[in-house]
Amino acid sequence: MFASILDGIFNGLSIGSILLLAALGLAIVFGLMGVINMAHGELMMLGAYTTVVVQNAFKGIGGPLFELYIFFALIAAFLVAALVGLALERGVIRYLYGRPLETLLATWGVSLILQQFVRSVSWVMVFGLILFSLLFFGGQWLLKRRADFESVQKWIVAALLPLSIGISLAASTFLGQTYKLAVTKPWFGAQNQDVTAPSWLRGGIPIGNFQLPSTRLFIMILTIGCVVGVYWFLNCTKWGLRIRAVTQNRNMSACLGIPTRKVDAITFAIGSGLAGVAGCGLSLLGSVGPNTGQNYIVNTFMVVVVGGVGKLIGTVVGAMAIGIADYVIGTGILGNLTNNPALKEVFAFFATTSMAKVMVFALIILFLQFRPAGLFPQKGRTVDA
Amino acid sequence: MTRLFGRRKFMVYGSAALGASMLLKACASPSAPTDPAASPAEGSPAASPAASGDTIKVGILHSLSGTMAISEKSVVDSTQLAIDEINTAGGIMGKQIQAIVEDGASDWPTFAEKAKKLIEQDEVVVVFGCWTSASRKAVLPVFEEKNHMLYYPVQYEGQECSKNIFYTGAAPNQQIEPSVDWLLENKGKDFFLVGSDYVFPRTANTIIKAQLAAKGGKTLGEDYLPLGNTEVAPIIAKIKAALPNGGVIYNTLNGDSNVAFFKQMQGAGLTAEKYPTMSVSVAEEEVQAIGKEYLLKQYAAWNYFMTVETPENKKFVDAFKAKFGESRVTNDPMEAGYISVNIWKQAVEKAGGAGTPTDLEKVREAAYGQEFAAPEGPVKMLPNHHISKTVRIGEVRDDGLFEIVYSTPAPVDPIPWNQYVTETKGFSCDWTKTGVDNPGKFKT
Amino acid sequence: MTVQAAGGRQGVDWLRRRSLLMEVGIVALVALFLMFIVPLLLSGFRLNLMGRFLALAIAALGIDLIWGFTGLLSLGHGVFFALGGYALAMHMKLQIPATASSQLPEFMDLYGVTELPWFWRPFDSFPFAAIALMLIPGLMAGLLGYLVFRSRIRGVYFSILTQAMTIIFFNFFNGQQKLINGTNGLTGFKTILGATVSDAGTQRSIYLATILLLVAAYAVCRWLTSGRFGRLLMALRDDESRARFTGYNPTGFKVLVFAVSGALAGLAGAMFTLQSGIISPKAMDIAFSIEMVIWVAVGGRATLVGAVLGALVVNFGKSLLSEKFPDFWLFFLGGLFLGVVMFLPDGIVGLIRTQGVEWFRNLTGRSKQLSTYPSLEEDPEAQYERKNIDDRKSDG
Repeated sequence: MFASILDGIFNGLSIGSILLLAALGLAIVFGLMGVINMAHGELMMLGAYTTVVVQNAFKGIGGPLFELYIFFALIAAFLVAALVGLALERGVIRYLYGRPLETLLATWGVSLILQQFVRSVSWVMVFGLILFSLLFFGGQWLLKRRADFESVQKWIVAALLPLSIGISLAASTFLGQTYKLAVTKPWFGAQNQDVTAPSWLRGGIPIGNFQLPSTRLFIMILTIGCVVGVYWFLNCTKWGLRIRAVTQNRNMSACLGIPTRKVDAITFAIGSGLAGVAGCGLSLLGSVGPNTGQNYIVNTFMVVVVGGVGKLIGTVVGAMAIGIADYVIGTGILGNLTNNPALKEVFAFFATTSMAKVMVFALIILFLQFRPAGLFPQKGRTVDA
Repeated sequence: MTRLFGRRKFMVYGSAALGASMLLKACASPSAPTDPAASPAEGSPAASPAASGDTIKVGILHSLSGTMAISEKSVVDSTQLAIDEINTAGGIMGKQIQAIVEDGASDWPTFAEKAKKLIEQDEVVVVFGCWTSASRKAVLPVFEEKNHMLYYPVQYEGQECSKNIFYTGAAPNQQIEPSVDWLLENKGKDFFLVGSDYVFPRTANTIIKAQLAAKGGKTLGEDYLPLGNTEVAPIIAKIKAALPNGGVIYNTLNGDSNVAFFKQMQGAGLTAEKYPTMSVSVAEEEVQAIGKEYLLKQYAAWNYFMTVETPENKKFVDAFKAKFGESRVTNDPMEAGYISVNIWKQAVEKAGGAGTPTDLEKVREAAYGQEFAAPEGPVKMLPNHHISKTVRIGEVRDDGLFEIVYSTPAPVDPIPWNQYVTETKGFSCDWTKTGVDNPGKFKT
Repeated sequence: MTVQAAGGRQGVDWLRRRSLLMEVGIVALVALFLMFIVPLLLSGFRLNLMGRFLALAIAALGIDLIWGFTGLLSLGHGVFFALGGYALAMHMKLQIPATASSQLPEFMDLYGVTELPWFWRPFDSFPFAAIALMLIPGLMAGLLGYLVFRSRIRGVYFSILTQAMTIIFFNFFNGQQKLINGTNGLTGFKTILGATVSDAGTQRSIYLATILLLVAAYAVCRWLTSGRFGRLLMALRDDESRARFTGYNPTGFKVLVFAVSGALAGLAGAMFTLQSGIISPKAMDIAFSIEMVIWVAVGGRATLVGAVLGALVVNFGKSLLSEKFPDFWLFFLGGLFLGVVMFLPDGIVGLIRTQGVEWFRNLTGRSKQLSTYPSLEEDPEAQYERKNIDDRKSDG
């Protein structure tokens, strides 16, 4: 009995911490900018792929160092995802502020592109992309010196775009024809990639009849670390102060001289970086493939909805609540608690992993009837809050 | 809140983004020909004369995008390999095969649409394709309506026997049933069944439960995960509760869930010694993706493993690696795709032509009884549109391939209508049979 | 508008009637063209595609109604689409000849179901199925809408919830193998109203019926959006709080329009199922639901013509492109999402309305259309201010 209770608590918290880790970055970004990033899952996927690359690099080195690769992978995953996030913010999202629904669609487009990108990225493709950027942006940079640049810009873009596409296309086709498979072979392909945890993470810590899986413990610790880190960043640093200020009142902050644009970019990069870390951590538990991100998005969105906007604690509690509910319903423990046969039957019907999700969603809708703005809503005087 | 950027800047970055995305599409694989029709014949002289006079058009219909691309892409590769081999050897009766590849996009109505397109628009004489049962069921009405021909290369749940489909993967009695027997004999009587939530695992588990009941085993629990779900903690908890002292796990999970399941089994202390696991959807490629450390000593049941020792297999593996890269592996559905093309080729040669609709009927009849020395060993197409296959059980070894621990002495004949399921007990299928209402399903 | 005001009430009425007549005429012409000329131009396969895409256009109209006009972005319309499809498919699965050995759909025999489940029974009658295929998704949308809008959930929250709803319905339908054949969905339809479904003649009638239904759906949407109701929807879209303060309770209107939109999606699903021959839980996929939105975005939001046009353009594009470049369809689609949102916020129709008119004037050598105060058009300062005011508005 003791073991099964411990098991239940541990598993519930563990599922919750996975959700929390995945949702943390999303919640911060949503809190600050009101933007739902549909590509969040794909940023996690990029983190997971970074882990694969780091792991393979360390495999080459071999020896005891390999056992530690996961820490380097965490850092690398954070950096890669943060950079991609930054590019996404600078290139797309900042043009769409104040239009959350359009942002949602645009980031969905980005997520599709990223998915296909990891499927078909190869040396030729990278080469073509770099060449294109050089031609297109370099060309514009050169032509900018002309005095009448502004007036002819439209035409320059119109001419430069097909030209640079054409040239880089031709060049990469040529490259592909010359070197064949060596350069056209996809780096990853459509297949799932393997991430093997270092051996010290593979077993578990036995407690009597029960065994605590190390990877899950590791992820729980990682989640706690991330939450503490984010808390510290938001509350004890200069930029954290600014982020909180902008979250509470964007216009007022702008009036007081806070560079809101920069705050947005930094927050988005950090949120994306956290997604990368989540991807790295989750690669120890689940699959790494082009679809990896898709498996998490809806659950993480639900965490944000339940948790409410703008308070870290809401996200934490929301994630734990969903995680525990999912586990408790899915394993059918509830059925043992009641003696009412009708209730027992209902619980048994929902006691499969698929049906538990149906139940949890119904509960979320029910919950929103009472707390439409989530667990810890921001208080304000506007009609919309 | 004001906008700090000018409309012009927006135009520039915007068009750059658009351009970049266009470029991404275009140059991702420059070697991919603009006309997919020409793709299989790369390196062989047959592509250019598109005139129907000296080519035979065939269709390949698999998911190249979406969730199923992970699995189906490699079947396309092996199918094209078989076509290439035939073309370099001079084609079929002097005619080159021209393959038209269509993307089913992991979407069942799209499969039906593309099947129609291949048949009506491209006028192919045969289609090789489909992976999931749902996609096969979606195209089935199309093939029946046009009285056309599909070769289906994946092991499946049976309970179907269409005049217009040739099934080159295993029927349940060529994969599931022998493996359950083997488990009962060698590993124990207490079973837990886990599967993804779709038709194959559910039917497979119905069969297994009936079989266990008949042979003295016990089913102590079963659970299903939604496709793509990777949260397996509840299932692992259920397994521990149902089998506290160890037992056999029969695993029909598919895709991503498999990865999560095996990674987390180890952490939860479900070791291969105490909880031997038999999988029917884990082949060489999946072992690579899951990580062999997690799978050591676990079992899988298939008809073909990359480690099968036949001269045909050596040739197949070598040819495949030469074409697609040294790191690639071959697996059962890929081999079945390879068999499909070859059996069809032999049937065409026997029928003496594949061009016209009347030939189609002849080719179908000519397929019965075709034997082929496949990489897995000899196979034979039977009048019930399934092929006889050797059944093997493999154990994952250090290098990520399978050590074959059991194989049937001779190929097993397929039984499409399952004899353990009460609803189909006593039915059989024989398309050469006359005098019955429906040769696809009649009571014997 | 100023001219109309000067013309007095009668003038307004006359002008309105004239433009309405013109619109009816154009719609009728296009419909006749689709019905009788297009079949001559396209091969059988492409014509079947055309029919399917016209069915999808009905769903696009529904999306336009709630997104374009009311500002609610639903990412879960696939569910209503599938419910409609299932309703009709269940009817067709029950068209079993009396001579058959079993009076159950064949998958039930396989899974050991001996008696028709209760909820299948009424679908045996065609009138019931025909009503249910719109009523069930409509009611479902209404119920969900009521629960969500009642607690004033909107914006991104609403979108996320609808998205979660797709997963839930998917899981539910996917898991019920005995009742509705799980993942495989319903397929292999034989007859409808006594006619063989796969027959060329029947498919032709279905194609014609799809066009008629599309025209009807267009008329309903046109009617809903043109009068007071339509203006109210747009008010809700632009500033719900203000609409509330002027004394309207938005909940009822939003529920109603969401239900209508769901019903249209259901109708689309039914017509699509008829022509594609399969309905499965896959139609409840998130990706499909979001794709529906992009049809409308491409065509042009808040223009009904745009929704229809977008559905046709995107789907034909998809069909052709994925034939040519199967590997890269996702790049195209992703680029389309980005491109439309960033450069064509008003879609094709919007582009034609703004740029197109200007280009046409340039081409024909006429000067730019000038508004009341020509000097303002020339004054750079006024231009700058106008632009900035515009920008600020769209930011809010």
